Amino acid sequence: MNLFSRHKNTVVLATVLLAQLLALAVQVKRQTAEGPVRVIRLVAVNTLAPFERMLIYTGESARGVWSGYIDLRNVRKENLRLKAEAAQMRLERAREQEDARQARRIQSLLGFKEQWIDTTVAAQVIGTSGTESSRLLYLDKGAADGIKVDMPVITPDGVAGKILAVYGDHNSQMLVMNDPTSGVGATLVTSRLQGIVKGTPTGEVTLSYIMGDESVQPGEVLVTSGGDRVFPRGLPVGKVAKVSMGRNLFLDIMVKPAVDLDRLEEVLIITSQKQREPDVAGLGPIRASDILAQHLPGVPQVAPGTQPGTPGAQPTATGTQPAVATPSGTQPNATHSATPNPAANTAPKPAQNTTQNTTQNANQSKPPSTQTNAARTAAQGAAPGAKPGTTPGVPHTATQSKPSAPAKPQPAKPATAEGTRPQ
Amino acid sequence: MRDIGLSYTSREQVEVYRFSWPVSIGLPVLMVGIQAFMPVRMPYFRIFDFGLLLTIFFAVSRRSQVSGMLTGAAIGLLQDCLTHTPFGVFGIAKTLVGYGASSIGIKIDVENPGSRFLLTFIFYAIHLAVFMAIERWLMGQPVHFNLGQEAGAAVANSVMAVFLFAMLNRFKIRD
Repeated sequence: MNLFSRHKNTVVLATVLLAQLLALAVQVKRQTAEGPVRVIRLVAVNTLAPFERMLIYTGESARGVWSGYIDLRNVRKENLRLKAEAAQMRLERAREQEDARQARRIQSLLGFKEQWIDTTVAAQVIGTSGTESSRLLYLDKGAADGIKVDMPVITPDGVAGKILAVYGDHNSQMLVMNDPTSGVGATLVTSRLQGIVKGTPTGEVTLSYIMGDESVQPGEVLVTSGGDRVFPRGLPVGKVAKVSMGRNLFLDIMVKPAVDLDRLEEVLIITSQKQREPDVAGLGPIRASDILAQHLPGVPQVAPGTQPGTPGAQPTATGTQPAVATPSGTQPNATHSATPNPAANTAPKPAQNTTQNTTQNANQSKPPSTQTNAARTAAQGAAPGAKPGTTPGVPHTATQSKPSAPAKPQPAKPATAEGTRPQ
Repeated sequence: MRDIGLSYTSREQVEVYRFSWPVSIGLPVLMVGIQAFMPVRMPYFRIFDFGLLLTIFFAVSRRSQVSGMLTGAAIGLLQDCLTHTPFGVFGIAKTLVGYGASSIGIKIDVENPGSRFLLTFIFYAIHLAVFMAIERWLMGQPVHFNLGQEAGAAVANSVMAVFLFAMLNRFKIRD
């Protein structure tokens, strides 16, 4: 007894430390947050969340009053600017509708299923983990709003993270993309290389598992690959900021996220994704030859002594660019907004026969030099493993088409050429 | 005022304080809540570790090693609740800080701003070292250490501690 009294402090210290070490060891071994730990976290989060929610809503109200006043002052000028912008967008929309129609036809031909972001839930960030080592955010939506673990979280700019845990009806925990334990399957849109985007302990974002002999340029855009089965394909992830040779034969690639991950205030949780065949009703028959014929050059000027249809024939329109556009390209901007996503190839195998037929038709119909992007894309789809010739395009609207060989380079168009590639 | 045998202080006797229950429980919850909330609006607020500052404050005020380590453990575990790392990482680190701070609080005068600054700076470093050791050897996670960044954070926390401790002094009840 005397011994205990004399060393009471040390004994208590050893006991407290030992208890925590044992608890830690059990958790590390189990690698799950079930059982008592989850209950304790549930209580802690639900205790702090109302306090944080109240602070956020109070701040929002105060900010709303002030910004309302500021907005009123600028509303006329902004109205004029928006009108001009709307007129410009109407023109672009007319052009893109045609592209979209074309895309749907080709997707239908190739047996693609479009992947749509069906419903999203807007959520407010009400708190963080409060530590640098754990990049978490707490959201004010929970089980009552249909939130489940592993649901993707995005903003209009791109990927932000995913739901890590749901604590009750009105709270959930989001793992931000720059946490060291996060991982997002991503594709470099130009080189089509795939890797995993991960966070670092300092909150930076890196792209891992790209071999050292690959060529990756700073500025190259990254989109989700869909390979992680969490994020739908084609969402913007970020841009390559810095490339250097790393250890273990892999490149060290620093990524500048598309989303400002340190300043997330409102996010969208994708609660439902759907897949469906492209809607081609009203687009006419979907025979491959019909579709490709639309993009063939006009009747060539036959040079003296040259038979039409022979390689010597020169096309009159080499710049035809079908630009396999997605019907999507819009971004989720409201709760429960049905937002299409760039098409994802979910059934590549049945498509291949059709694709090969398409390619044959295309190649028989015109010389290779004037082959349109549609045909080229189809041809690539028919050759698994072949390096795709399409240049992926702006994020969220999937990929853009490369200019036809003889044509002058043209501005990128949103396209779903990515969807035409076999996995 | 309780007489404490050790006398490396500027005075022969050191003052021992206690805190009311609402303060002992409510203050850590409030501070951890603020620490979790503020980075939503001010991302750089993340560098402050109010849990650590409170642990040091309670430990040096109470000057009891058992009380210090238990307070540290409780605050650390509360912080663990808000992370996704295994339960106990912050708990262990702050238990040790609480024990160390209360041990030092017995021996030296920690009432002036200079000693508070220094004490916080040292314990920030100890806390970081323990935290990184746990991450590295117990959890097998890669550890990143940036000297400049951590030194800056230590200074920022120490400056914050000087002001925070002065504010929290009003909650002290002389034993």
